[in-house]
Amino acid sequence: MLDVARLRADFPMLAQRENGHPLVYLDNAATTQKPQAVLDAIAEYYRTTNANVHRGAYDLAIRATEAYEAARAKVAAFVNAWAPESVVFTRGTTEAINLVAGSYGRASVKAGDSVVVTAMDHHSNLVPWQILCQETGATLRMVEITEDGRIDLSDFDRALERRPKIVAFPYVSNALGTVNPAAQLTRLAHAVGAVVVVDGAQSTPHLKVDVQALDCDFYALSGHKMLGPMGSGALVAKPELLEAMPPYHGGGEMISRVWDDHSTYNKIPHKFEAGTPNVEGAVGLAAAIRYLERIGPERIADHEQALAAAAIERLLQIEGVTVYGPQARSDRAGVVSFTYGDIHPHDIATILDQDGICIRAGHHCTQPLMRRLNVAATARASFYLYNGSDDVDALAGALVKAGALFGYVPA
Amino acid sequence: MDTSPPEPPPLPPPQLSALYQELILDHYRRPRNKGTLEQATHAVSLNNPLCGDEIDLQLRVDGDIIKEARFIGRGCSISQAAASMMTQLVKDKSVPQALALADRMSAMMQGDEGAARDKTLGELRALAGVSKFPVRIKCALLPWNALTDAVKA
Repeated sequence: MLDVARLRADFPMLAQRENGHPLVYLDNAATTQKPQAVLDAIAEYYRTTNANVHRGAYDLAIRATEAYEAARAKVAAFVNAWAPESVVFTRGTTEAINLVAGSYGRASVKAGDSVVVTAMDHHSNLVPWQILCQETGATLRMVEITEDGRIDLSDFDRALERRPKIVAFPYVSNALGTVNPAAQLTRLAHAVGAVVVVDGAQSTPHLKVDVQALDCDFYALSGHKMLGPMGSGALVAKPELLEAMPPYHGGGEMISRVWDDHSTYNKIPHKFEAGTPNVEGAVGLAAAIRYLERIGPERIADHEQALAAAAIERLLQIEGVTVYGPQARSDRAGVVSFTYGDIHPHDIATILDQDGICIRAGHHCTQPLMRRLNVAATARASFYLYNGSDDVDALAGALVKAGALFGYVPA
Repeated sequence: MDTSPPEPPPLPPPQLSALYQELILDHYRRPRNKGTLEQATHAVSLNNPLCGDEIDLQLRVDGDIIKEARFIGRGCSISQAAASMMTQLVKDKSVPQALALADRMSAMMQGDEGAARDKTLGELRALAGVSKFPVRIKCALLPWNALTDAVKA
C-alpha cells in the first residue's frame, strides 16, 4: 500500500472539512483532487510564461510554445504513444471521441456499415456514435455484458461478423470498475478490418497504459481524472490516421494557407487544434503526469485494487448490500458500485455526505448499463492514490448508519 | 486491514433523523395511489435527468375538482413519498386549491417556517426537513411540478 498520509499532505483540498468531518473523497471516477504541484505549475505558467503559442516572434511566446509542446511530449511518453504528434490536446475524453466520430467517422462510415459499442460504455463513447450512425445511415450494434459485468466475448464475436468499420469500448468501466481485455478486443476487431477506439478516461489515471502494446487506433483520455486540471485531455492516435483525416474544427492555428474560398491545413497534430489552446491545462496535466510517474502507475493500480477488494469485503458483510461488477480482484479497478436494500442511492449519498463522505449516486452516464443491471441507479465509491483503509472504514460505518435510518440494522 | 463486523452505529445527526422520518419511509415503502387511472383527464411525465428520478402523474378532473390522482414513479424516498402524500392531499381539492398547495410546498422547501406549520399541507409537513438539504429540494418538488404542469397544460 502507498503511504497515504504523506500523499494527502500534497493535496490542499483533502485538508478541508465537510459537514464538520474530515473530507472522505470517494468520487474519483468523476474527478480527482489536485496536488499542490499541479496548482503551482498552472500559477507558474501564468506568472512567468504566458503568451499565445505558435504565433509570437518574441522569446516569451517561444517559451510558452515550448511549455505547451513539452506537455504534449509528456502525455505521449506517459501512454507510450507512437510520436508526440500522435497527441491532439482536447477538452477531455468526450471531445476526443467526438473528434474521432466527427472527422474519421464521417469520412469513412457509409449507409449500411456498422459501428460497434458495448453496453458498458459511458454516454460519451455512445452518443457520438449514435449521432454518426443517424447521420450516415449506418447501424449501431451494442455488445452485451455478462452477469458479472464483463464484455460478453461471444456477443463481441457475433458483432464482428458484420465487419464493422469502427469498434469502440472502454478500457475500464466507470460504473463497474471492470478492466476489459483491451489488447485482445483490439486484435479481434483488427482481424475484421475495424478501426478501434478506446475510451481511456478511467484507465489512464489508474493503470499502466501502453497504446502501442494495445495497438488501438484511437485512445481518449481526460486530464481532470488523473490529478490534472478540468478542460484538459487528449486524443492519442496513430499518426497515419490523423494525417489522412479531414479537420474537425476550423479556425486559426489549424491552417497552413487561407484563400478566399478554401484553405490548406497545418501538419498534425495542429490540424486538429483550431483556436488558442488550453495551455494552462496542458501544463497542469504535464505536472500531474510527473506526480503520477514519481509514484508509479503500477503501484497506484495495486493500491486501488487492494482498497476496492477491502471495500467489497466490508460492504458484503452488511446484510442487504449488493456489489455490481466482477468479484475477482485481478480485472477490477478501484470502482465499487453497489446498492443497499431498498435505500435509494441518492438517500445513501445524502446520509454519507453528513459524515463528509463524497460518493456518486445515479446512473453514472451509463443508462443502457443500468437497464441491464435492472436498477435505476447505483451508489458508487471510487478510489485513488490518496485514499486509504480509513476511508473504507468511514464508508462502511456510514452505510451502517444509513441502514439504521431505514430500519435494516438496529439503531 | 480491519475486516471485523461493523460496530453498532452512533446515533445519526438530528437533521438526518428529521429527514428520514417514519412517515416518509412508510409512504416510500407503501406508496398510496400508485398505479394508473382508467379515465385520466390530465397526464404528465417528468424526470430529473440529473439523478434519474421519474414520475408519471395522472389526474381525473371533473369540472374544477381533482377527483383522483395516481402516479407511477421511480426514485428516492423523498420524491416517492412526496408523490404519495400529494396524491392523497389533492383529492377532492379544486385546481386553484391544488396550485395554492404547490406554492405552500415550495415555500416550505425554501425554509418558510409558516408553511412548515401550515395544517393545509397535512402529512407533507413531514418533509419540512428537506429544506436543510438543498440538493434534495428538487426531489420533494418533482411531483408538485408534475401536478402544476398537468393542470396548466
